[in-house]
Amino acid sequence: MHESRPRSFYALALFFAVFLLFLYGPMISILVLSFQGPEGGLVFPMTGFSTHWFQRLRDGGGQVEIGPALRRSFVLALVVMILTVTISVLAGLAFRRQFRGATVLLYVAIASLIVPSIVVSLGIALEFRLIDDAIKAFGASAGIDWIQSDFVSALGPFTSGLGAHLTWTLPFGLLIMFAVFNRFDPAYEEAARDLGASPWQTFRHVTLPMIAPFLIGVAVFGFTLSWDELARSSQVMGARNTLPMQLAAKTTTVTDPEIYALGTATTGGSILLVLVTFTAISLMQRRRAARR
Amino acid sequence: MTDLTDTRAEVRSARTSARKAGRTGAALAPYLQAAPMALVFLIFFVLPLAATIAVSFWQYTQYSIEPAFTAQNYGDVFYGCLANLPSLCTTFLTYISTLKFCLIVWATTLTIGFTIAYFLAFHVRTLKVQVICFLLCTIPFWTSIVIRMISWIPLLGRNGLVNQTLMGMGVIDSPLEGLLYSDFAVILALTHLYTLFMVVPIFNSLMRIDRSLIEAARDAGASDLQTLRHVIVPLAKPGILIGSIFVVTVVMGDFLTIGIMGGQQIASVGKVIQTQMQFLQFPLAAANAVILLAAVLAAVWALLRLVDIRKEL
Repeated sequence: MHESRPRSFYALALFFAVFLLFLYGPMISILVLSFQGPEGGLVFPMTGFSTHWFQRLRDGGGQVEIGPALRRSFVLALVVMILTVTISVLAGLAFRRQFRGATVLLYVAIASLIVPSIVVSLGIALEFRLIDDAIKAFGASAGIDWIQSDFVSALGPFTSGLGAHLTWTLPFGLLIMFAVFNRFDPAYEEAARDLGASPWQTFRHVTLPMIAPFLIGVAVFGFTLSWDELARSSQVMGARNTLPMQLAAKTTTVTDPEIYALGTATTGGSILLVLVTFTAISLMQRRRAARR
Repeated sequence: MTDLTDTRAEVRSARTSARKAGRTGAALAPYLQAAPMALVFLIFFVLPLAATIAVSFWQYTQYSIEPAFTAQNYGDVFYGCLANLPSLCTTFLTYISTLKFCLIVWATTLTIGFTIAYFLAFHVRTLKVQVICFLLCTIPFWTSIVIRMISWIPLLGRNGLVNQTLMGMGVIDSPLEGLLYSDFAVILALTHLYTLFMVVPIFNSLMRIDRSLIEAARDAGASDLQTLRHVIVPLAKPGILIGSIFVVTVVMGDFLTIGIMGGQQIASVGKVIQTQMQFLQFPLAAANAVILLAAVLAAVWALLRLVDIRKEL
């Protein structure tokens, strides 16, 4: 039963272990350093062990001011998540049948992944600048007061920023839906239809419950892609910053381990989110298996 | 009696028309379902690209851009590039530097990524262990990119762990300067960030290889290396291609990693565009973006050709 491993196995296993060390090493070092003592610096050695930097982070007023950016990023990621799931499922359903323009839409989605983020970001910024000019010209010619006095720009996290994030999350969402529907057995839907279910009833009571675990996957993907997004955000957020932008701006100026504490906190949050998701998915699948 | 037949006919025609309505509804459904996605891509991807191309041919002053045709922006980008040959202009140097990072990071991520994928696909025997290994690889992926870059500071910094260790061992007397904020740091960080994007598609391709083909190669007397070269690598090409396209395009447009890990000292095309945006030189930035886009498309085309040509041999 148990055949012996070839020698190459051990060499490759060692390579894999080194790769994991390469992946985790830096993360572990900031995890440890975030518990640096109050007098400690950015590098080893540790000068004591404390939660000082986490307290500083929580109380605010330190070198890293993240409150508003964190809230903005969180709400934006939630909106992106909901839109990504909804739009991807709808498009996934559309691609199960033939429609004119299907190939073009697919190629555009893939192109959206390949075109460099800085180009997409710049493009959206330019487009919104042109829109601003048009709105201002319209306000001036039609004599609309609030445009003339108050309007600054249409650029913002929930207009151009939201769109920029969607160009990044939707292609992934669509590709996942392809994988899901490729393995989907349409016999269940046919059975529902034969029993007199309307298309909506079929979707609501048959299709949706069957694809639900994968939708949670799409949701988590959408959330984290938006939460971490930086390259496409760079030109399109207007006067507001998201959390990754705030962090990137801090990298050259921060001189104390507070930023490590932030790193540990956000990483912990992400891992917690993933764990909760996987538990939810496996619970759903187990409950379904039990029902059968 | 006639009433009855009439009613029957009416019912039948009502049914057919209802079915017809249902059918046109069904024919319309995919268009309505695809519409939101199409709309998002139109507004936030297709039109912005069109705007970029248009604005790259516009004139600009210090405070405004004007829709008057000019090719001057492209002339400015390549200013002195042909006249001063053989000495290279800034634009050429920037592109060469970016291409250098592309090639090196492509080589490192492909080598490491293929090896890892090979190990996971052929040496890890149960699905459960494969899933666990994959989860181990993906957990760092759930951290912010910026945090993952910052986390090199305590290791590579002037007083970082690597320098401390080397000095403690007596290998060097004074700390090495070129570890952080250098080409090396950029390559290390890019490899760190994007190897996984090579592993996943290659692993996917490797798992689809019919195991009996490998047995056949062995039975026919092929060594492990020959099997790898003539059976496994050719069959893994789609995965290698997808991973390569992803890594090459990401590195070509990169400005964050090169910026942060290069200590804002190393030039890249993406950074040039970002700087020009800050100085409100929109048409110039747009012209650079169009050129970058062309370069990326050329790279993708070249990668696709590479695979096709070998298939013909």
